[in-house]
Amino acid sequence: MSPIHALAAAGGNSPSIPAPHVEYGQLSPMLVVFGAALVGILAEAFLPRRLRAATQLGISLAGLVGGFVAVVVLAAQGHATTRAGLLAMGSVAIDGPALFLQGVILLTAVLAVLTYAEGRLEPRINGHRIDAFAAQAAAVPGGEQERTATREGLRTTEIYPLTLFAVGGMLLFPASNDLLTMFVALEVLSLPLYLMCALARRRRLLSQEAAVKYFLLGAFASAFFLFGTALLYGYAGTVRLGEIADVVAGTAPVTPALAVTTQNDALLLIGLAMLAVGLLFKVGAVPFHSWTPDVYQGAPTPVSGFMAAATKTAAFGAMLRLFYVAFPGLRWDWRPVMWGVAILTMVVGSILAVTQQDVKRLLAYSSVAHAGFILTGLIATDRRGVAAVLFYLLAYSFVTLGAFAVVTLVRDSKGEATHLSNWAGLGRRSPLLAAVFALFLLAFAGIPLTSGFTGKFAVFQAAAGGGATPLVIVGVLSSAIAAFFYIRVIVLMFFSDPQPAGPAVAVPSALTATTIAFGVLVTLGLGLLPQYFLDLASKASLFIR
Amino acid sequence: MSYLLSATCAVPAVGAVVTAALPAGTGEARRRTTKAVALAVSVATLGLAAAVAASFEPGGARYQLTESYSWIRSFGIDFALGADGIGTALVLLTAVLVPLVMLAGWHDADPAAAEGSFESKRRTQGFFALILAVEAMVLVSFLATDVFVFYVFFEAMLIPMYFLIGGFGDRAGGPDAARQRSYAAVKFLLYNLLGGLVMLAAVIGLYVVAADQGQATFGLPALTDAISSGKLVIDPTAQRALFLGFFFAFAVKAPMWPLHTWLPNAMGESTAGTAVLITAVVDKVGTFAMLRFCLGLFPDASKTFAPAILVLSLIGIVYGALVAIGQKDIKRLVAYASISHFGFIIMGIFAMTSQGQSGATLYMVNHGISTAAWMLVAGFLISRRGSRLIADYGGVQKVAPVLAGTFLIGGLATLSLPGLAPFVSEFLVLVGTFTRYPVIGVIATFGIVLAALYALMLYQRTMTGPVKESVTGMPDLKARELAVVAPLVALTLLLGVYPQPLTRMVNPAVDDTLSQVHRTDPAPVHPVAANGGEQK
Repeated sequence: MSPIHALAAAGGNSPSIPAPHVEYGQLSPMLVVFGAALVGILAEAFLPRRLRAATQLGISLAGLVGGFVAVVVLAAQGHATTRAGLLAMGSVAIDGPALFLQGVILLTAVLAVLTYAEGRLEPRINGHRIDAFAAQAAAVPGGEQERTATREGLRTTEIYPLTLFAVGGMLLFPASNDLLTMFVALEVLSLPLYLMCALARRRRLLSQEAAVKYFLLGAFASAFFLFGTALLYGYAGTVRLGEIADVVAGTAPVTPALAVTTQNDALLLIGLAMLAVGLLFKVGAVPFHSWTPDVYQGAPTPVSGFMAAATKTAAFGAMLRLFYVAFPGLRWDWRPVMWGVAILTMVVGSILAVTQQDVKRLLAYSSVAHAGFILTGLIATDRRGVAAVLFYLLAYSFVTLGAFAVVTLVRDSKGEATHLSNWAGLGRRSPLLAAVFALFLLAFAGIPLTSGFTGKFAVFQAAAGGGATPLVIVGVLSSAIAAFFYIRVIVLMFFSDPQPAGPAVAVPSALTATTIAFGVLVTLGLGLLPQYFLDLASKASLFIR
Repeated sequence: MSYLLSATCAVPAVGAVVTAALPAGTGEARRRTTKAVALAVSVATLGLAAAVAASFEPGGARYQLTESYSWIRSFGIDFALGADGIGTALVLLTAVLVPLVMLAGWHDADPAAAEGSFESKRRTQGFFALILAVEAMVLVSFLATDVFVFYVFFEAMLIPMYFLIGGFGDRAGGPDAARQRSYAAVKFLLYNLLGGLVMLAAVIGLYVVAADQGQATFGLPALTDAISSGKLVIDPTAQRALFLGFFFAFAVKAPMWPLHTWLPNAMGESTAGTAVLITAVVDKVGTFAMLRFCLGLFPDASKTFAPAILVLSLIGIVYGALVAIGQKDIKRLVAYASISHFGFIIMGIFAMTSQGQSGATLYMVNHGISTAAWMLVAGFLISRRGSRLIADYGGVQKVAPVLAGTFLIGGLATLSLPGLAPFVSEFLVLVGTFTRYPVIGVIATFGIVLAALYALMLYQRTMTGPVKESVTGMPDLKARELAVVAPLVALTLLLGVYPQPLTRMVNPAVDDTLSQVHRTDPAPVHPVAANGGEQK
């Protein structure tokens, strides 16, 4: 029985609190990452400044790669399929979707961390290499302290442990099997992200504004989630997802202490709606998307890439689990609402992207539109839908990371030149970089032979199979609108004349180059030969309850 | 299992990659190597295509030389290729035209001094690699027997085509040529992408309907067999919706009035070679797909919509010809003429008679050859004077008689002069339409009259009359240009008097298509035969 449930029923008579049984082996991906984060904090506190950057990179990579290896080992032992189970007294589920998404999140994080460490893009200051993050986060922008910190070539190496904590939260988010664990995971992943958004080295005010916006709206969304949790506890007398499903289905005994509120459908529906708001905010679905462009634009670009890829993956994982494990019995109630949200998200994201003049804002709106496409897969409410969403998240994460990594390379004297007019004629100056970015854009647009097409095909097919044909039609029409703005950027890069004093393309170190190369590889690989990964997603598509 | 078809598709694909990877540089020698490699690849492809045609047995199975490789099992997709008569004819057309297009555009990708220092050093490599990439994708589309594989390449060919249109113009444009060109490229891409996405929805819909009835496959032969044997029943509403989804994409690509407006821009702004690639090769995928996919997969819906489509194609025939007459720009004139011809092709397909459909298939081939000749000679003319305006020319036949002569042959072929190839096909289409829809057949005949007007008026204005000052001293066709035009003229004449090899190849596939839509030719009304006995 669930501990909360048990406590409520026992009314404090229990002689002792039983020590929880924890399956450390199956939780090891998260434990490794959290452990690395703690080591990172110690390194931050005790290591001399000059050693920190390299050490932190090493710790992060070790933690993330270690976590990924743990995921692969768990999957190989069958924890994704036959040996999937509930752990930590039922509060965490390690099953196919959880392990698949943990793997995606960890790989994304490895590549994102590589772009964090890029030190070749900014000019050296007094011989010190610097990166994309603020010299001293606490210094007032434009103040004397900031100038000193910049002159001394300081770097905010705290970004690495912060990222690790966020990743840890993201690993837990899609694996959490009760609403409280889910809430804790949500907070663990969100709080470091708020900070990371504020850490841009250039345009610091914009960056801090983005962080404040993200924090305020994010706190609001978290509050919604928590309130929803409370209402659902009132309804079901439990926060376990599977047990909520039993109560909804009417197969669970009613807890006497909660007999008044249990089975009150108002609590159930309002609670569900509030949970959905909290999660839809995280994935950036319309009408909860308004933070996305500001935050993506203001945050340091490597962080934007990390957020766009990993946060979305984690949040969709949690959303899948919530709707498929706790509320399958209510799908006639939530599906129409999600239909509306998906249609709005696809259409609004695509249309607003058309008017954007900034590459990062454009990518932000494109991520909104993609959230809509993923939602169509979620609405299918069958295993094919889950598999399609998993595959889409895999494909989308790497394209996004690659695209943001390319954005970091196009620079002028004021830092990254993100205004679209600066990208004119890029294809003539740097054909290779422009070709790579064009490939990512074509993948976003869903052109065949790229990963984007396979993903889109998978979700649309699942949606059509699940009886959501109108959604598919809206989906292809908004794809056409979306294609317009991706192509606009390609036109600008290849067919427009370069500006005389336009930006230059910085030559990155092997770090960023690895990220971009990996993005290209995955984009083409999942476009040309997707079978293995489709199988993987399909095998991983069963939730345990 | 033979590997001939996959080799035919793979050679240009690999050739495109190799060409793109050849060492960059602006030196003449480097450029010549690139061009030679690309040309050699396209000639090798022609050889393979000829081998396909030679091993194709007209009386044999519908799909021959079939190959199949598992591609995406989760969606029931096989990389399946197979040649039928119609596809083989178009494969041959493509393989013949691509080397000629390359030869014609031999210098189109040479960097011009005026284009500035930002010019990419890989321009030549890019141009020829893109042509080969388009060829490879078109060949897969003609040979694919899997709906999904067809869709993927149908859609993916837009990307190299888009860069060909947007990146390489004929240097005859005005001061804002670059802007016009990128406008044309974007218009081309958006129209076709929208068509393709609507088709994507229909492709998914088809799969879902088929999977519901235990036919979870994209294989075309399996699907058409299941449909004609009644194992797969698509209810009428769904069938109409799916048909429209497919047809919309093909009608944009073909292009059919009123979805044609991208074609004049794209053909006008790109090089003559690219324009030929668009109208003679890529657009044929659209009409080919109507014949193969729309009729084969949705026989009942095809019959339902046939009258409406015939009316639209009729409008296209007359409208395209009328607008062509009014053009000031040579290349746009050819584009509108093509729109008129596509009207004939689509009319032949949806008349659903064997004459109409074999006529339409021959028409695809003949239109490809004759328009290529006409357009490429026009391109040679334009490159000499640097202007696309008809008004800038006059009396060319006195200074460049060979150029004028071949231009005349191209024009005469376009207006379907008896003895030249397009006459046969146009006649068949009109007869085939007339037997079922006499009124439409009669009105369509006016298209021929209008064709004579635009083709001959173009010749008269540019080639005859007093020699204009700007034209004096214009050189006649060079050896390279003759090498481009001569095969086209020869084919036009040959297929005009002896089309049998082509018809023999095409007819069984056409009959098979007609049997799929359960259509037979209307019984001939023969007064002589009816009372023949009494007269004796």
